[in-house]
Amino acid sequence: MAGLIIFVIVGVIAVVAALGMLLSNNAVHSALYLILNFVCVAIFYLLLNAPFLAMVQITVYAGAIMVLFLFVIMLLGAEQVPLSSSLRWQMPLGVVMALALLGTAAYAIISGGVTLAPQELASEAEAFGSPFQIGDVLFQNYLFPFELTSVLLLVAMIGAIVLTKDEQPKKETD
Amino acid sequence: MTETELIVPTNYYIILSAVLFSIGVAGVLLRRNAIIIFMSIELMLNSANLAFVAFARSFADVAGQVFVFFVITVAAAEVAVGLALIVTIFRTKKSIDIDEMHMLEG
Repeated sequence: MAGLIIFVIVGVIAVVAALGMLLSNNAVHSALYLILNFVCVAIFYLLLNAPFLAMVQITVYAGAIMVLFLFVIMLLGAEQVPLSSSLRWQMPLGVVMALALLGTAAYAIISGGVTLAPQELASEAEAFGSPFQIGDVLFQNYLFPFELTSVLLLVAMIGAIVLTKDEQPKKETD
Repeated sequence: MTETELIVPTNYYIILSAVLFSIGVAGVLLRRNAIIIFMSIELMLNSANLAFVAFARSFADVAGQVFVFFVITVAAAEVAVGLALIVTIFRTKKSIDIDEMHMLEG
């Protein structure tokens, strides 16, 4: 019962924050609404026995990625971009299509075979979702993808630096 | 509060994930600011992560949480490169309205 109350309250906050991000005219406000949404999802992770992921979510997503977004918004001076008036008939169509997607997904979920009650967690030596258990699985079963993500991060870093490097004109040396 | 009082049926989490995903889709379709579109993509990734963690709890399998770890890593790399691209385009076009980016050159 307490879980349901927390779920409803935090869920409403998360959906309202997502809508606020969507409908806000100011890009900085959108970023802040998205940070609120990420914090709500981190609370959900705590409800779902994923404490390590909740902390990773707040640290990486809300703490690093959104700060990067805010840097770029400030750098480009992109705060004020109004909802474009050049889309007239596409805006209701877009809303209708998003609602259709939601309706289809909700129908599939409700009529599908998703088990309602989560399984009982075995009381092991290490709790479910603890860093020990995640590290155990990550470094044994998923070692190769882990190494691949390290290469991916290196490539992303090199790509970001190369893309934003200033093109210096070649200096003529006599 | 014991653990059994905090359990919510898995269906609810998946439906919430679908709602957030649809809001992200609406953001990609309706907004003209490239950075807002990027943030809507991040919202979609986040909703998928929520579904993963809900299923990991439902089946008592921690592999779902490991996958979320990878998705967060890939999202971070994608944001870095994507924002670098937006900054580069802004240098030439002086605008991030995606309606003005209709030429492949320049």
